[in-house]
Amino acid sequence: MTIVNAQSVDEALEALDRRPGSLLLQGGTDTMVSVNFGRTRPEHVVSLRRVSELRGWHRENDGEVFVGAGLPYSAMENGPLATLFPALAQAARTVGSPQIRAAGSIGGNLGTCSPAGDALPVLAALEARVELRSLHATRTVPFSDFMIGPKRSVLRPNELILGVRMRPLDGFQGYAKVGVRNAMVISVASVCLAIDATARSARLALGSVGPTILRCARAEALINVEVEKSGPWHVPDDLARRAADLAADEAQPIDDHRSTAAYRRHAVRVLTRRLLDRSSREHP
Amino acid sequence: MTEQLIYTLRVNGTERAVRDSWIGESLLYVLRERLGLPGTKGACEQGECGSCTVFMDGEAVCSCLVMAASAVDAEIVTVEQIGDGGLSDVQQAFVNEGGVQCGFCTPGLVMAVHHLLERHPEPTDEEIKESISGNLCRCTGYGRIFEAVRTTVRSRSDAR
Repeated sequence: MTIVNAQSVDEALEALDRRPGSLLLQGGTDTMVSVNFGRTRPEHVVSLRRVSELRGWHRENDGEVFVGAGLPYSAMENGPLATLFPALAQAARTVGSPQIRAAGSIGGNLGTCSPAGDALPVLAALEARVELRSLHATRTVPFSDFMIGPKRSVLRPNELILGVRMRPLDGFQGYAKVGVRNAMVISVASVCLAIDATARSARLALGSVGPTILRCARAEALINVEVEKSGPWHVPDDLARRAADLAADEAQPIDDHRSTAAYRRHAVRVLTRRLLDRSSREHP
Repeated sequence: MTEQLIYTLRVNGTERAVRDSWIGESLLYVLRERLGLPGTKGACEQGECGSCTVFMDGEAVCSCLVMAASAVDAEIVTVEQIGDGGLSDVQQAFVNEGGVQCGFCTPGLVMAVHHLLERHPEPTDEEIKESISGNLCRCTGYGRIFEAVRTTVRSRSDAR
Protein backbone atom coordinates (compact mmCIF):
# COMPACT_ATOMS: atom_id res chain seq x y z
CA MET A 1 0.00 0.00 0.00
CA THR A 2 1.71 3.18 -1.20
CA ILE A 3 0.79 6.71 -2.19
CA VAL A 4 3.06 9.05 -4.11
CA ASN A 5 1.97 12.69 -3.92
CA ALA A 6 3.80 13.71 -7.07
CA GLN A 7 5.10 17.27 -7.40
CA SER A 8 5.98 17.03 -11.10
CA VAL A 9 5.11 15.06 -14.22
CA ASP A 10 8.50 13.34 -14.09
CA GLU A 11 7.96 12.27 -10.51
CA ALA A 12 4.53 10.88 -11.38
CA LEU A 13 5.93 9.01 -14.39
CA GLU A 14 8.75 7.48 -12.35
CA ALA A 15 6.24 6.30 -9.75
CA LEU A 16 4.05 4.88 -12.51
CA ASP A 17 7.04 3.15 -14.09
CA ARG A 18 7.91 1.51 -10.76
CA ARG A 19 4.34 0.32 -10.32
CA PRO A 20 2.52 0.26 -13.67
CA GLY A 21 -1.23 0.34 -13.27
CA SER A 22 -1.10 2.42 -10.09
CA LEU A 23 -4.33 4.31 -9.52
CA LEU A 24 -3.91 7.81 -10.95
CA LEU A 25 -5.79 10.30 -8.80
CA GLN A 26 -6.62 13.75 -10.16
CA GLY A 27 -9.65 15.50 -8.61
CA GLY A 28 -11.05 12.30 -7.10
CA THR A 29 -14.65 13.11 -7.99
CA ASP A 30 -15.17 9.77 -9.77
CA THR A 31 -12.46 7.68 -8.16
CA MET A 32 -13.43 8.37 -4.57
CA VAL A 33 -17.09 7.51 -5.20
CA SER A 34 -15.89 4.15 -6.38
CA VAL A 35 -13.57 3.79 -3.37
CA ASN A 36 -16.23 4.95 -0.88
CA PHE A 37 -18.65 2.32 -2.16
CA GLY A 38 -16.07 -0.47 -2.14
CA ARG A 39 -15.94 -0.89 -5.90
CA THR A 40 -12.27 0.12 -6.05
CA ARG A 41 -9.75 -0.96 -3.45
CA PRO A 42 -6.63 1.03 -4.27
CA GLU A 43 -3.30 -0.63 -3.55
CA HIS A 44 -0.90 1.88 -5.09
CA VAL A 45 -1.89 5.47 -5.76
CA VAL A 46 -0.16 8.27 -7.64
CA SER A 47 -1.84 11.56 -6.76
CA LEU A 48 -1.54 14.33 -9.35
CA ARG A 49 -3.16 17.09 -7.32
CA ARG A 50 0.09 18.97 -6.70
CA VAL A 51 1.48 18.67 -10.25
CA SER A 52 1.26 22.33 -11.27
CA GLU A 53 2.42 21.51 -14.84
CA LEU A 54 -0.92 19.77 -15.38
CA ARG A 55 -3.06 22.58 -13.97
CA GLY A 56 -2.53 25.31 -16.55
CA TRP A 57 -3.35 26.12 -20.16
CA HIS A 58 -1.53 28.11 -22.81
CA ARG A 59 -1.61 29.08 -26.44
CA GLU A 60 1.06 27.54 -28.66
CA ASN A 61 2.92 29.41 -31.40
CA ASP A 62 0.90 27.65 -34.09
CA GLY A 63 -2.37 28.93 -32.59
CA GLU A 64 -3.34 25.66 -30.96
CA VAL A 65 -4.31 25.71 -27.31
CA PHE A 66 -3.01 23.22 -24.78
CA VAL A 67 -5.31 22.56 -21.82
CA GLY A 68 -3.63 20.67 -18.96
CA ALA A 69 -5.25 17.49 -17.71
CA GLY A 70 -5.56 18.85 -14.18
CA LEU A 71 -7.08 22.25 -14.92
CA PRO A 72 -10.27 22.29 -12.85
CA TYR A 73 -13.60 22.94 -14.54
CA SER A 74 -14.04 26.06 -12.41
CA ALA A 75 -11.14 27.62 -14.38
CA MET A 76 -12.88 26.99 -17.72
CA GLU A 77 -16.25 28.58 -16.92
CA ASN A 78 -15.20 32.19 -17.51
CA GLY A 79 -12.26 34.23 -18.72
CA PRO A 80 -10.03 33.96 -21.79
CA LEU A 81 -10.24 30.17 -22.12
CA ALA A 82 -14.04 30.42 -22.14
CA THR A 83 -13.78 32.99 -24.94
CA LEU A 84 -11.56 30.69 -27.00
CA PHE A 85 -13.80 27.64 -26.47
CA PRO A 86 -17.35 28.68 -25.56
CA ALA A 87 -18.63 25.10 -25.78
CA LEU A 88 -16.02 23.97 -23.26
CA ALA A 89 -17.12 26.75 -20.90
CA GLN A 90 -20.78 25.79 -21.29
CA ALA A 91 -19.99 22.12 -20.65
CA ALA A 92 -17.85 23.06 -17.62
CA ARG A 93 -20.76 25.01 -16.11
CA THR A 94 -22.98 21.93 -16.30
CA VAL A 95 -20.56 19.70 -14.37
CA GLY A 96 -21.80 18.76 -10.89
CA SER A 97 -21.74 21.57 -8.34
CA PRO A 98 -19.22 24.31 -7.52
CA GLN A 99 -17.49 21.85 -5.17
CA ILE A 100 -17.20 19.26 -7.95
CA ARG A 101 -16.06 21.82 -10.52
CA ALA A 102 -13.28 22.97 -8.16
CA ALA A 103 -11.87 19.43 -8.27
CA GLY A 104 -12.95 17.80 -11.55
CA SER A 105 -10.85 18.11 -14.70
CA ILE A 106 -10.57 17.10 -18.35
CA GLY A 107 -7.86 14.61 -17.36
CA GLY A 108 -10.29 12.97 -14.98
CA ASN A 109 -13.03 12.90 -17.63
CA LEU A 110 -10.58 11.26 -20.06
CA GLY A 111 -9.21 8.85 -17.45
CA THR A 112 -12.69 7.71 -16.41
CA CYS A 113 -13.81 7.80 -20.04
CA SER A 114 -17.52 7.58 -19.33
CA PRO A 115 -19.81 8.37 -22.28
CA ALA A 116 -21.49 10.81 -19.86
CA GLY A 117 -18.30 12.83 -19.27
CA ASP A 118 -19.39 16.41 -19.93
CA ALA A 119 -16.15 17.61 -21.56
CA LEU A 120 -15.92 14.68 -23.95
CA PRO A 121 -18.49 15.72 -26.61
CA VAL A 122 -16.69 19.08 -26.72
CA LEU A 123 -13.34 17.37 -27.27
CA ALA A 124 -14.93 15.31 -30.06
CA ALA A 125 -16.50 18.32 -31.79
CA LEU A 126 -13.33 20.40 -31.48
CA GLU A 127 -11.29 17.43 -32.75
CA ALA A 128 -8.99 17.62 -29.76
CA ARG A 129 -5.83 15.55 -29.61
CA VAL A 130 -4.91 13.89 -26.34
CA GLU A 131 -1.28 14.06 -25.25
CA LEU A 132 -0.03 10.99 -23.40
CA ARG A 133 3.38 10.48 -21.86
CA SER A 134 5.26 7.55 -20.39
CA LEU A 135 8.75 7.69 -18.92
CA HIS A 136 10.18 6.93 -22.35
CA ALA A 137 7.82 8.38 -24.94
CA THR A 138 5.18 10.99 -25.67
CA ARG A 139 2.35 10.32 -28.12
CA THR A 140 -0.62 12.30 -29.32
CA VAL A 141 -3.89 10.54 -30.08
CA PRO A 142 -6.98 12.10 -31.67
CA PHE A 143 -9.82 11.99 -29.15
CA SER A 144 -11.87 9.90 -31.59
CA ASP A 145 -9.18 7.18 -31.34
CA PHE A 146 -8.58 7.63 -27.61
CA MET A 147 -11.99 6.49 -26.38
CA ILE A 148 -12.79 2.93 -27.49
CA GLY A 149 -15.75 2.02 -25.30
CA PRO A 150 -17.62 2.81 -22.10
CA LYS A 151 -14.85 3.50 -19.55
CA ARG A 152 -12.29 2.15 -22.00
CA SER A 153 -9.46 4.05 -23.68
CA VAL A 154 -6.10 3.39 -25.30
CA LEU A 155 -4.28 4.77 -22.24
CA ARG A 156 -1.51 2.33 -21.25
CA PRO A 157 -0.77 1.35 -17.64
CA ASN A 158 2.50 3.32 -17.64
CA GLU A 159 1.06 6.43 -19.30
CA LEU A 160 -0.13 9.74 -17.94
CA ILE A 161 -2.63 12.07 -19.64
CA LEU A 162 -0.84 15.41 -19.96
CA GLY A 163 -3.71 17.32 -21.54
CA VAL A 164 -5.43 18.08 -24.82
CA ARG A 165 -4.58 20.25 -27.81
CA MET A 166 -7.35 22.04 -29.69
CA ARG A 167 -7.58 24.68 -32.40
CA PRO A 168 -10.02 27.53 -31.74
CA LEU A 169 -12.78 27.90 -34.34
CA ASP A 170 -14.38 31.12 -35.56
CA GLY A 171 -18.06 30.18 -35.51
CA PHE A 172 -20.83 29.43 -33.04
CA GLN A 173 -20.24 26.85 -30.31
CA GLY A 174 -22.80 25.37 -28.01
CA TYR A 175 -23.22 22.53 -25.53
CA ALA A 176 -26.63 21.33 -24.40
CA LYS A 177 -27.47 18.63 -21.92
CA VAL A 178 -30.52 16.92 -20.51
CA GLY A 179 -30.60 15.45 -17.02
CA VAL A 180 -33.18 14.83 -14.34
CA ARG A 181 -32.77 18.35 -12.98
CA ASN A 182 -30.82 21.50 -13.71
CA ALA A 183 -27.93 21.39 -11.24
CA MET A 184 -25.72 18.63 -9.97
CA VAL A 185 -26.66 16.06 -12.55
CA ILE A 186 -25.08 13.43 -14.76
CA SER A 187 -26.20 13.80 -18.34
CA VAL A 188 -28.90 11.63 -19.86
CA ALA A 189 -28.05 12.99 -23.30
CA SER A 190 -25.74 15.77 -24.41
CA VAL A 191 -24.93 17.46 -27.71
CA CYS A 192 -22.05 19.71 -28.74
CA LEU A 193 -22.20 21.81 -31.90
CA ALA A 194 -19.13 23.68 -33.16
CA ILE A 195 -19.20 25.73 -36.36
CA ASP A 196 -16.14 26.38 -38.51
CA ALA A 197 -17.45 29.57 -40.15
CA THR A 198 -14.55 29.90 -42.58
CA ALA A 199 -14.95 26.35 -43.86
CA ARG A 200 -18.77 26.65 -43.64
CA SER A 201 -18.93 23.36 -41.79
CA ALA A 202 -20.60 22.04 -38.65
CA ARG A 203 -19.30 19.50 -36.20
CA LEU A 204 -21.81 17.64 -34.08
CA ALA A 205 -20.98 15.26 -31.23
CA LEU A 206 -23.25 13.31 -28.88
CA GLY A 207 -22.67 12.17 -25.29
CA SER A 208 -24.45 9.56 -23.14
CA VAL A 209 -26.16 8.01 -26.16
CA GLY A 210 -23.62 5.39 -27.23
CA PRO A 211 -20.67 3.32 -26.05
CA THR A 212 -18.35 6.20 -26.95
CA ILE A 213 -18.88 9.85 -27.84
CA LEU A 214 -20.45 9.82 -31.32
CA ARG A 215 -19.79 12.21 -34.20
CA CYS A 216 -22.83 12.62 -36.46
CA ALA A 217 -21.29 12.16 -39.90
CA ARG A 218 -24.60 12.13 -41.79
CA ALA A 219 -26.11 15.14 -40.02
CA GLU A 220 -22.88 17.09 -40.49
CA ALA A 221 -22.72 16.19 -44.20
CA LEU A 222 -26.30 17.33 -44.75
CA ILE A 223 -25.66 20.69 -43.08
CA ASN A 224 -22.35 21.22 -44.87
CA VAL A 225 -23.89 20.56 -48.30
CA GLU A 226 -27.06 22.60 -47.82
CA VAL A 227 -26.04 25.55 -45.67
CA GLU A 228 -25.71 28.93 -47.45
CA LYS A 229 -22.18 29.34 -48.78
CA SER A 230 -22.06 33.10 -48.22
CA GLY A 231 -23.45 35.66 -45.83
CA PRO A 232 -23.84 35.13 -42.10
CA TRP A 233 -24.05 31.50 -40.93
CA HIS A 234 -27.70 30.50 -41.12
CA VAL A 235 -29.38 27.10 -40.80
CA PRO A 236 -32.98 27.35 -42.06
CA ASP A 237 -35.70 25.70 -39.95
CA ASP A 238 -36.28 22.91 -42.41
CA LEU A 239 -32.57 22.04 -42.60
CA ALA A 240 -32.24 22.15 -38.80
CA ARG A 241 -35.19 19.77 -38.48
CA ARG A 242 -33.82 17.28 -41.00
CA ALA A 243 -30.31 17.42 -39.48
CA ALA A 244 -31.76 16.84 -36.01
CA ASP A 245 -33.66 13.81 -37.32
CA LEU A 246 -30.44 12.42 -38.74
CA ALA A 247 -28.54 13.05 -35.49
CA ALA A 248 -31.27 11.23 -33.56
CA ASP A 249 -30.93 8.38 -36.02
CA GLU A 250 -27.17 8.31 -35.56
CA ALA A 251 -27.46 8.05 -31.76
CA GLN A 252 -27.01 4.55 -30.30
CA PRO A 253 -28.78 4.90 -26.96
CA ILE A 254 -29.65 2.16 -24.50
CA ASP A 255 -32.09 1.79 -21.61
CA ASP A 256 -30.31 2.06 -18.27
CA HIS A 257 -30.80 3.32 -14.71
CA ARG A 258 -30.68 6.96 -15.88
CA SER A 259 -33.11 6.92 -18.78
CA THR A 260 -34.55 5.02 -21.71
CA ALA A 261 -33.22 4.70 -25.24
CA ALA A 262 -36.37 6.24 -26.69
CA TYR A 263 -36.19 9.31 -24.45
CA ARG A 264 -32.50 9.77 -25.18
CA ARG A 265 -33.06 9.64 -28.93
CA HIS A 266 -35.82 12.22 -28.60
CA ALA A 267 -33.54 14.41 -26.46
CA VAL A 268 -30.81 14.29 -29.12
CA ARG A 269 -33.32 15.49 -31.72
CA VAL A 270 -34.51 18.37 -29.55
CA LEU A 271 -31.06 19.47 -28.38
CA THR A 272 -29.56 19.31 -31.88
CA ARG A 273 -32.33 21.42 -33.32
CA ARG A 274 -32.05 23.89 -30.45
CA LEU A 275 -28.30 24.30 -30.98
CA LEU A 276 -28.67 24.68 -34.75
CA ASP A 277 -31.31 27.36 -34.20
CA ARG A 278 -29.02 29.16 -31.77
CA SER A 279 -26.15 28.96 -34.28
CA SER A 280 -28.24 31.04 -36.71
CA ARG A 281 -29.08 33.68 -34.12
CA GLU A 282 -25.87 33.98 -32.11
CA HIS A 283 -22.76 34.94 -34.00
CA PRO A 284 -19.49 35.24 -32.10
CA MET B 1 -2.88 -8.44 6.65
CA THR B 2 -2.96 -4.84 5.59
CA GLU B 3 -0.19 -2.32 5.77
CA GLN B 4 -1.06 1.00 7.32
CA LEU B 5 -0.24 4.54 6.39
CA ILE B 6 1.04 7.26 8.65
CA TYR B 7 0.82 10.88 7.50
CA THR B 8 0.17 14.39 8.72
CA LEU B 9 -2.64 16.75 7.73
CA ARG B 10 -2.77 20.47 8.38
CA VAL B 11 -6.29 21.06 9.69
CA ASN B 12 -7.52 24.39 11.07
CA GLY B 13 -3.96 25.61 11.34
CA THR B 14 -2.68 22.61 13.31
CA GLU B 15 -0.55 19.66 12.18
CA ARG B 16 -2.49 16.50 12.93
CA ALA B 17 -0.94 13.04 12.74
CA VAL B 18 -3.04 10.29 11.18
CA ARG B 19 -2.02 6.77 12.16
CA ASP B 20 -3.16 3.25 11.30
CA SER B 21 -5.11 4.47 8.32
CA TRP B 22 -6.13 2.68 5.15
CA ILE B 23 -5.09 4.32 1.91
CA GLY B 24 -8.63 4.67 0.55
CA GLU B 25 -10.01 6.66 3.49
CA SER B 26 -11.69 9.90 2.49
CA LEU B 27 -10.84 13.19 4.14
CA LEU B 28 -14.40 13.18 5.51
CA TYR B 29 -13.80 9.87 7.29
CA VAL B 30 -10.42 10.93 8.65
CA LEU B 31 -11.75 14.27 9.95
CA ARG B 32 -14.67 12.68 11.73
CA GLU B 33 -13.38 9.30 12.85
CA ARG B 34 -9.66 9.84 13.35
CA LEU B 35 -9.25 13.51 14.20
CA GLY B 36 -12.37 14.04 16.33
CA LEU B 37 -13.88 16.74 14.13
CA PRO B 38 -17.50 15.66 13.65
CA GLY B 39 -18.78 19.07 12.50
CA THR B 40 -18.31 18.04 8.89
CA LYS B 41 -21.24 15.78 8.03
CA GLY B 42 -21.32 12.72 5.82
CA ALA B 43 -24.45 11.64 3.97
CA CYS B 44 -24.18 10.55 0.36
CA GLU B 45 -20.43 9.93 0.09
CA GLN B 46 -20.63 10.61 -3.63
CA GLY B 47 -20.41 14.38 -3.90
CA GLU B 48 -24.15 14.90 -4.36
CA CYS B 49 -25.21 16.48 -1.07
CA GLY B 50 -22.46 18.91 -0.05
CA SER B 51 -22.88 18.24 3.67
CA CYS B 52 -19.16 17.38 3.87
CA THR B 53 -17.94 20.68 2.36
CA VAL B 54 -14.58 21.90 3.69
CA PHE B 55 -11.96 24.32 2.37
CA MET B 56 -8.84 22.91 0.81
CA ASP B 57 -6.29 25.59 -0.06
CA GLY B 58 -9.19 28.06 -0.04
CA GLU B 59 -11.46 26.08 -2.39
CA ALA B 60 -14.75 24.62 -1.20
CA VAL B 61 -14.62 20.89 -1.93
CA CYS B 62 -16.51 17.76 -0.93
CA SER B 63 -14.27 16.10 1.66
CA CYS B 64 -15.86 12.73 0.84
CA LEU B 65 -14.21 12.96 -2.60
CA VAL B 66 -10.72 13.77 -1.31
CA MET B 67 -8.38 10.89 -0.58
CA ALA B 68 -7.08 11.98 2.82
CA ALA B 69 -3.56 10.68 2.21
CA SER B 70 -3.32 12.90 -0.87
CA ALA B 71 -4.17 16.04 1.13
CA VAL B 72 -0.93 16.04 3.13
CA ASP B 73 0.30 19.42 1.96
CA ALA B 74 -3.03 21.23 1.77
CA GLU B 75 -4.41 23.84 4.13
CA ILE B 76 -7.68 22.32 5.35
CA VAL B 77 -10.34 24.37 7.13
CA THR B 78 -13.46 22.78 8.61
CA VAL B 79 -16.66 24.24 10.05
CA GLU B 80 -15.13 23.95 13.55
CA GLN B 81 -12.75 26.78 12.64
CA ILE B 82 -15.09 29.00 10.66
CA GLY B 83 -16.44 30.90 13.69
CA ASP B 84 -13.03 31.01 15.40
CA GLY B 85 -14.41 29.58 18.63
CA GLY B 86 -17.91 31.07 18.43
CA LEU B 87 -20.48 31.43 15.69
CA SER B 88 -19.48 33.12 12.44
CA ASP B 89 -21.70 35.88 11.10
CA VAL B 90 -23.09 33.41 8.55
CA GLN B 91 -23.90 30.86 11.25
CA GLN B 92 -25.55 33.55 13.39
CA ALA B 93 -27.63 34.66 10.39
CA PHE B 94 -28.75 31.04 9.80
CA VAL B 95 -29.93 30.97 13.45
CA ASN B 96 -31.64 34.37 13.27
CA GLU B 97 -33.42 33.73 9.98
CA GLY B 98 -34.54 30.17 10.75
CA GLY B 99 -32.25 28.68 8.12
CA VAL B 100 -31.70 25.61 10.30
CA GLN B 101 -34.26 22.88 10.80
CA CYS B 102 -32.81 19.38 11.22
CA GLY B 103 -29.38 20.94 10.87
CA PHE B 104 -27.64 18.15 9.02
CA CYS B 105 -26.92 20.18 5.89
CA THR B 106 -26.04 23.33 7.84
CA PRO B 107 -22.25 22.91 8.25
CA GLY B 108 -21.81 22.30 4.52
CA LEU B 109 -24.07 25.22 3.62
CA VAL B 110 -22.22 27.51 6.03
CA MET B 111 -18.94 26.61 4.33
CA ALA B 112 -20.43 27.14 0.86
CA VAL B 113 -21.82 30.54 1.87
CA HIS B 114 -18.52 31.70 3.40
CA HIS B 115 -16.81 30.65 0.18
CA LEU B 116 -19.35 32.62 -1.88
CA LEU B 117 -19.06 35.79 0.19
CA GLU B 118 -15.26 35.75 0.03
CA ARG B 119 -15.49 35.88 -3.76
CA HIS B 120 -18.71 37.86 -4.19
CA PRO B 121 -19.28 40.18 -1.21
CA GLU B 122 -22.56 41.36 -2.81
CA PRO B 123 -23.89 38.37 -4.69
CA THR B 124 -26.94 38.41 -6.93
CA ASP B 125 -29.76 35.97 -6.18
CA GLU B 126 -28.54 33.87 -9.09
CA GLU B 127 -25.03 33.75 -7.64
CA ILE B 128 -26.42 32.73 -4.25
CA LYS B 129 -28.45 29.91 -5.83
CA GLU B 130 -25.51 28.77 -7.93
CA SER B 131 -23.14 28.80 -4.96
CA ILE B 132 -25.29 26.43 -2.92
CA SER B 133 -26.49 24.29 -5.83
CA GLY B 134 -24.23 21.51 -4.55
CA ASN B 135 -25.73 21.54 -1.04
CA LEU B 136 -28.97 19.67 -0.49
CA CYS B 137 -31.43 20.73 2.21
CA ARG B 138 -34.59 18.65 2.55
CA CYS B 139 -36.19 20.70 5.34
CA THR B 140 -36.18 24.41 4.70
CA GLY B 141 -37.03 24.79 1.05
CA TYR B 142 -34.01 27.13 0.91
CA GLY B 143 -36.01 30.37 1.31
CA ARG B 144 -34.75 31.09 4.82
CA ILE B 145 -31.23 30.07 3.81
CA PHE B 146 -31.28 32.68 1.01
CA GLU B 147 -32.54 35.19 3.57
CA ALA B 148 -29.66 34.30 5.91
CA VAL B 149 -27.20 34.98 3.08
CA ARG B 150 -28.86 38.30 2.26
CA THR B 151 -28.84 39.47 5.89
CA THR B 152 -25.15 38.55 6.20
CA VAL B 153 -24.44 40.59 3.08
CA ARG B 154 -26.35 43.55 4.54
CA SER B 155 -24.70 43.43 7.95
CA ARG B 156 -21.21 43.11 6.41
CA SER B 157 -22.02 46.02 4.13
CA ASP B 158 -23.24 48.13 7.08
CA ALA B 159 -20.05 47.32 8.99
CA ARG B 160 -17.84 48.59 6.18
